[in-house]
Amino acid sequence: MVEDRTIGGRTFAAVNYTLLAVIALVTVLPFIHVVAGSFTTNAELAAKKFVLIPTVWSWEAYRFIFSTNTIFRAMGVSIGITAAGTLFSMLVTSLMAYGLSRKDLDGRRLLMFLVVFTMLFNGGLIPTFLVVKNLGLVDSYAALILPSTITAFNMIILRNFFQNIPEGLEESAKIDGASDFGILFRIVLPLSMPAIATISLFYAVTYWNTYLSAILYLNDSAMWPIQVLLRQIVVLASGMDYSSTLDSAVPPPDQSVKMAVIVVATLPILLVYPFLQKHFAKGALIGSIKG
Amino acid sequence: MEDTAVQPEAAIARPRSGLGKRVWRNKWIYLMILPGLIYFIIFKYVPMFGLVIAFEDYKPFKGVFGSDWVGLDHFRRLFTQPDFWNILANTLILFGMNLVFYFPVPILLALMLNEVRVSFFKRFFQTLVYLPHFMSWVIIVSISYVMLTMDGGVINELLESLGMAKINFLLSPEWFRPTYIIQVIWREAGWGTIIYLAAIASVDPQLYEAARMDGAGRFRQIWHITLPAIRSVIIVLLILKIGDVLELGFEHVYLLLNSMNRDVAEIIDTYVYTAGLRQMQFSYSSAVGLFKSVIGLILVMAANKLSKKFGEEGIY
Repeated sequence: MVEDRTIGGRTFAAVNYTLLAVIALVTVLPFIHVVAGSFTTNAELAAKKFVLIPTVWSWEAYRFIFSTNTIFRAMGVSIGITAAGTLFSMLVTSLMAYGLSRKDLDGRRLLMFLVVFTMLFNGGLIPTFLVVKNLGLVDSYAALILPSTITAFNMIILRNFFQNIPEGLEESAKIDGASDFGILFRIVLPLSMPAIATISLFYAVTYWNTYLSAILYLNDSAMWPIQVLLRQIVVLASGMDYSSTLDSAVPPPDQSVKMAVIVVATLPILLVYPFLQKHFAKGALIGSIKG
Repeated sequence: MEDTAVQPEAAIARPRSGLGKRVWRNKWIYLMILPGLIYFIIFKYVPMFGLVIAFEDYKPFKGVFGSDWVGLDHFRRLFTQPDFWNILANTLILFGMNLVFYFPVPILLALMLNEVRVSFFKRFFQTLVYLPHFMSWVIIVSISYVMLTMDGGVINELLESLGMAKINFLLSPEWFRPTYIIQVIWREAGWGTIIYLAAIASVDPQLYEAARMDGAGRFRQIWHITLPAIRSVIIVLLILKIGDVLELGFEHVYLLLNSMNRDVAEIIDTYVYTAGLRQMQFSYSSAVGLFKSVIGLILVMAANKLSKKFGEEGIY
């Protein structure tokens, strides 16, 4: 579209850009506040209220949270379940998505219906909890991964993406003697990198953000992932029931310490996001629009 | 299934019906689907059948099949409990706030973003506003907590320096709902624009040109071309939102919930969690959960039917 150079058009553009700039600021300022706050002393935080760039730099908060190995352990747990979970989910999801993308498959519609129906109706928290419990998964890391192996929505996006790959490619590979697994791993997957990157990001984020399964299935606080620990340190300590939930002899952590924990829990996403974000808009769209 | 693959050729050549032949030819494909299918059966369908415990007096050691039937007792107890009506009202109010305050925001944002002609600025803005979607509720609630707390939170310090009284955002019933919905908008509004932007991108540019020839300004173009073009996308997303009626985000509400705001913050999901897993009333809380799922299913089907009546496609 051409730029609108009338007075009305210019005013419109000016107002529009201003509003968007305000929205962008409102979105990022809380992050900046937290990051800057984590790198300064509590005294500066108390004096200046809002810190964009600290005048007094301080690693004190980080030194404090890394003085015990609680955070390290929780980070390790989160990294572990994110890596293992994402790999496992991607494997199972792409196999199923590719299978269901084959138009010559009998029973395909029924299988798709079974998947879609789970998006409309589910057994709910308690029956799912009982299944996980009866499988003996409680207090194991498998409880954080197996019950969320496939997200129906992700599987459908991937299937739609696979369906758009020209069938001729698969057919010619078949004539050359490639097996179904060969076609998937040597032709379909390499051609689907934007979609694979997108869905992997979605799964990785879900696993990194694991919270509910952890509070449901892990009784041992030594097994907690970072999100549960973050809640203990920030949310519970900001409420009034502080003394009852943590050891009452320990004073509530300082603001800068809480901010440092938030930064540590957020950092991995911030590190990966710029590399993958160019893919995901495209990847998610191809899947959803043609759905 | 796998071991028959290595059977001698004679067995494979056995006469089959057309269907059998086609299924056999695709055996590896079925094998690929199998792990996913097992997942859906164990973790999605078995719990659905597990819902029968809502009609039983479920005892863990007796199991689903050995426990005694109690019929609709749990539902009767539910509906006669004054608490329940309060919880249902809380759930519906938060849902209503989602529809009224959250739902239009991504549409507006997408329309605004679509008017941005400088592609660098557009991409930069998108990158920023998508970001919160990838943060867990724990992170988002934590960030709000350090900003809203009475002791040293930046918002309260600001209010104080402006000569106003501090507000106890986190521990007062009247601030729970505003806090909740602002967090929802902050986290999801940007991400929600993706699908609308895609729908807008597929509008034929000639339509805009023709409208301009007729003297239509920016607002008229948006009103008469862009909005009608994304109408069906809006309707589909509205149906999906209605289907999610009672999915207000267990984690989100659970994290904001405390003894001070319980009267307005307790929703069906948090109630199921507390009654079921904290107090071990498995059957009763399954009944509560079932009630919720059924309402959700009915609503999505009703919304779908309604959209078809208005000449839209619906989602199935």
